[in-house]
Amino acid sequence: MEDNRAVNPPVLETLSLTRRFGERTAVDSLTVSVQRGEVFGLLGPNGAGKTTTLKMLTTLLPPTSGKARIAGFDIVEQSADVRRVIGYVPQLLSADGTLTGYENLLVFAKLYDIPRKEREARISGALTFMGLRDAAHEVVRTYSGGMIRRLEIAQSLLHRPRMLFLDEPTLGLDPLARRMVWSHIEKLRADYGTTVLLTTHFMDEADSLCDRVAIMHLGKVVVIGTPAELKASLNGNGKTMDDVFVHYAGGTSELEGDYGETRRTRLTARRLG
Amino acid sequence: MRLAEQDLQHAVLVDSYKSPPTQGLIAIARFFEKTLVIAELEARKLRHDPTELLMRAIQPALWLLVFGEVFTRTHVIPTGSLSYLDFLAPGILAQSVLFVAIFYGIAVIWERDLGIVHKFLASPIPRTAIVLGKALSASLRAVSQMVIIYALAWLLGVRLNWHPLALCGVLAVVILSAALFSTLSLIIACVVKTRERFMGIGQVLTMPLFFASSAIYPASIMPLWLQAVAHANPLTYEVDALRALMLTGGASSFGLVADFSVLLVAVAIMVMIGGKLYPRVAT
Repeated sequence: MEDNRAVNPPVLETLSLTRRFGERTAVDSLTVSVQRGEVFGLLGPNGAGKTTTLKMLTTLLPPTSGKARIAGFDIVEQSADVRRVIGYVPQLLSADGTLTGYENLLVFAKLYDIPRKEREARISGALTFMGLRDAAHEVVRTYSGGMIRRLEIAQSLLHRPRMLFLDEPTLGLDPLARRMVWSHIEKLRADYGTTVLLTTHFMDEADSLCDRVAIMHLGKVVVIGTPAELKASLNGNGKTMDDVFVHYAGGTSELEGDYGETRRTRLTARRLG
Repeated sequence: MRLAEQDLQHAVLVDSYKSPPTQGLIAIARFFEKTLVIAELEARKLRHDPTELLMRAIQPALWLLVFGEVFTRTHVIPTGSLSYLDFLAPGILAQSVLFVAIFYGIAVIWERDLGIVHKFLASPIPRTAIVLGKALSASLRAVSQMVIIYALAWLLGVRLNWHPLALCGVLAVVILSAALFSTLSLIIACVVKTRERFMGIGQVLTMPLFFASSAIYPASIMPLWLQAVAHANPLTYEVDALRALMLTGGASSFGLVADFSVLLVAVAIMVMIGGKLYPRVAT
């Protein structure tokens, strides 16, 4: 195990990562590591600290204490390097509705210093990969919610990030569109070996998509494991991830999630739906 | 096949990964390249939906047509050798640039609500390049106002100076001023963070900036305390430069070098502050 870690250092490693907002501790001593090619799920009720964790890892928010490294770069000291090796799809709608899908990708290709010669190939590769070829030159405002999500993922992949962060990637999508997004995330790992960290509170998503999940509750990780391990950890047969979630994040989830977060979630759902 | 190729390419790229050189001229070139890409992004948006620009032209048109036409008949405002309408035209251009730019921060808050800001901030673009790029896109909107106001002023018989150098000068003043006030607006947006508070402050700020400048009357007829305010107001220097460059027989009271220096320094300071504050929007 030790040897394996030396040869294959984790892509993401956090050590007691903590963020406080005044009195409230949003993320409390988070320590996880994610290996190359892994799809890692961060689960938990609203307000558990998932989004705050993601904001710290994507360098949007400085941690109060603790450390994290992505692809060997420290998120505070080497934040510029971190930004170059990560891709990030925020929970909210981040594609530009007034531009075409192609233009959305073109602008990001330029911003990420993708050489002029490679630009067109990368863009058309990303469009094909995400199944958006036919709609490439239509204005994004006319896209369906699922297409917009796929475009956003395509956008975050142009520079071939070593680590991809997806914040609630299927929130507000209908079942068909969700499945399509899942199959693209799976293809990402199969074809590129991309390491993915995603947050979700859909248990079926965690079950079918993630190699390992961590369940967060009130800022703390209460359990980490493969979905199978977590299901087996409960007494009795035929337990689902929903049972796992209720067991570990238990009962008090009604208290979590403030007005602002609820508003954001609903807004996202409306825009994509 | 294509995917397999890309996979290979991916592996090669990842293994040979290095940070791009960030020294000296290359870094500066990259900085301005990024700035222009941000501006290009905004220009593309405008191209898809240019109606905004036409709507924007209504207010300055009313000022020139109604306010200008009435006051040019009264001769109560001492404007030296210029007719009041001539005197007013550069002031209205300055006003229109101010109005285009000063509510620009609302777009920043809107983009924050959407998540676009988060995506930009998690990318390797320097923060100041984002801020300057956005400022330049406000300049682009302002230049479209300049075209419309020139057309109106020409129709109303304002004695415009069509010398190419003078036109370039006006263009430069418009670009700098729009960048200045849009970045000021961005800074306010980063501090107040909500649409409601921003609109409140925007309204409160616009009127003093406009009336405590020499846009619609010369500073010389102001009470002394207001003259002092006007001299600290960058809009006054913008109007002063515009009056010198836009009209035949126009003259600057501070000198063009002073006007441009004030605007340039103010833009540089604002972009620097904006670059520091912009990441706060996402938290």
